[in-house]
Amino acid sequence: MEKKVKKVDIIFETALDTSPLDVLDKTLQRSADDIILELIDSGLKGRGGAGFPTGLKWKFTKNEDSDTKYVICNADEGEPGTFKDREILDRVPEKVFTGMTICGYVIGAREGYIYLRGEYNFLLKTLNAKLDIFNKALKDRNIDFQIFVKSGSGAYVCGEESALFESMQGFRGEPRNKPPYPTVAGYNFKPTVINNVETLVYVAMICRIGAEKFKALGTTDSRGSKVFSVSGDTPIPGIYELELGMPLSRFVDEFGDGDAKAVQVGGASGHCVPRKLFADTIIGFEGIPTGGSMMLFNSSRSMYNVLKDYLEFFTEESCGQCTPCRVGCQQLLKGIEAVKRGERPPAYLDEMKKLTGTMRIAAKCGLGQSVGNPFNTIIDNFREEIIY
Amino acid sequence: MSKIDLLVKGLVEQHGKTRNSLMPVLQGLVQQERFLSEEAMLVVARELDLAAAEVYGTASFYTFLDTVPRGKNIVRVCKTITCHMKGKEDIVNAIENTLKIRTGETTHDKKFTLLTANCLGWCHKGPVMLVNDEIYPDLTPQKAIEIIEEYATLNGH
Ligand SMILES: Cc1cc2nc3c(=O)[nH]c(=O)nc-3n(C[C@H](O)[C@H](O)[C@H](O)COP(=O)(O)O)c2cc1C
Ligand code: SF4
Ligand code: FES
Repeated sequence: MEKKVKKVDIIFETALDTSPLDVLDKTLQRSADDIILELIDSGLKGRGGAGFPTGLKWKFTKNEDSDTKYVICNADEGEPGTFKDREILDRVPEKVFTGMTICGYVIGAREGYIYLRGEYNFLLKTLNAKLDIFNKALKDRNIDFQIFVKSGSGAYVCGEESALFESMQGFRGEPRNKPPYPTVAGYNFKPTVINNVETLVYVAMICRIGAEKFKALGTTDSRGSKVFSVSGDTPIPGIYELELGMPLSRFVDEFGDGDAKAVQVGGASGHCVPRKLFADTIIGFEGIPTGGSMMLFNSSRSMYNVLKDYLEFFTEESCGQCTPCRVGCQQLLKGIEAVKRGERPPAYLDEMKKLTGTMRIAAKCGLGQSVGNPFNTIIDNFREEIIY
Repeated sequence: MSKIDLLVKGLVEQHGKTRNSLMPVLQGLVQQERFLSEEAMLVVARELDLAAAEVYGTASFYTFLDTVPRGKNIVRVCKTITCHMKGKEDIVNAIENTLKIRTGETTHDKKFTLLTANCLGWCHKGPVMLVNDEIYPDLTPQKAIEIIEEYATLNGH
């Protein structure tokens, strides 16, 4: 067995002989059903975090009976520790546009939108310039599809798909009740495919290299590769495309500084894995999934500070719409501070774990539901650091 | 017609007179004015045929749609974990000392507002800050001060 992580070059590669438009021309000669079958066969799952099979999502939306449908590229990228979508949009935007156009063709949409977080406004000028060229190329080909950019204005929760639609419709970014799902009622309450930036590029690349080559990478549950954003205590922070399904220990061997005591997999809303579990933790949908955020912490770091930082983040970014999340985040933050100061007994931490259980069930969206991920994994593995 | 009237009319013309245009119109206003005054929000409500409360309700949700007066240059230092670990505290202190304000405040000459922000998406190059829409990665306190001074002279004459 190979001991090193397998680096892959699919997302950022720029082969001169096949431009994204060549891929588009070739793909649009195939039937929509044929493309959907290839995507399902490839095993591609969403790269934005939730991991829903992309081919199925497209199939559901295609099957909806509606004159108006939309394709949306989720470029809100607000999860702490994630910065790969910005790099993709900066370096290979045409691949993203191509993925969106293929989606428009498959589901029967005439408009696509890129929802770009306000923090990335500096990308707008070049992105719009490249879109003008691409949109014109679509018109020249008589392809009835145009892509536009919409900006966010600094709200993490707007990355949640239904909050994103609300924001685009001119409302507060408050998540909706589900169902209905976006495939039925998304932007403007019309059937909508919303995909992460990276997912759309993989679609374009699967259409180019074929499902077989993609499937040859990864594991049964986690096909293919993924772009990782590596930060924290590492000598080589940056963006790396790696094969899915590796044990975390192999990742740490490659990226750690020799003293890693924990890795936060999946950003603030993800899971904290302590050193003793590195070897048994698989990075992928069968183990711990991640939107790509990998933050390394070495033994000089206080995990109390890490958890406090995350809870402050959630307290600020909770949309406040539902009580379990709005009040829950505040109580968790106040609670660990009280335990630290000795005003509450250590057993209070277990009470708070019960609260995260309630939040998982009762909160309306993924933000409130997943606060328990970092909370419980840090409390369970670094209890002394929280108390003393 | 006031300056705000003209600005809003232009933005509504560009984006269309629909609810879906509310965000781009508000964003365009902030781009020009740095914040949304009560007057501006009332004009937007009138031009888009919305209740003023709807406009304020939407605006107040978003961190970047400020409804309190801001300086000509808005500095946002990332305060999230990786930048925290890489020394954002020193960056904030250096800027506070240079501008003689605390985080959240605006300088007397209305040239700068200093704020902190959640993860800006440059964690591999922390600490980082945004000045208006421009990003400045790999900061040191010295570099941060030089950048601020550059903006101070740029806008000075
Ligand atoms: C609070 C919250 C924030 C999210 N932020 C993002 C984001 O920034 N980018 C993203 O692609 N998905 C984000 N998601 C997931 C989206 O709701 C959605 O599942 C995703 O865009 C679907 O695309 P995919 O199937 O290609 O992964 C977020 C979810 C939640 C609950
Ligand atoms: S869980 Fe939190 S962020 Fe999600 S809808 Fe409820 S209050 Fe808003
Ligand atoms: S933590 Fe500062 S940019 Fe991500």
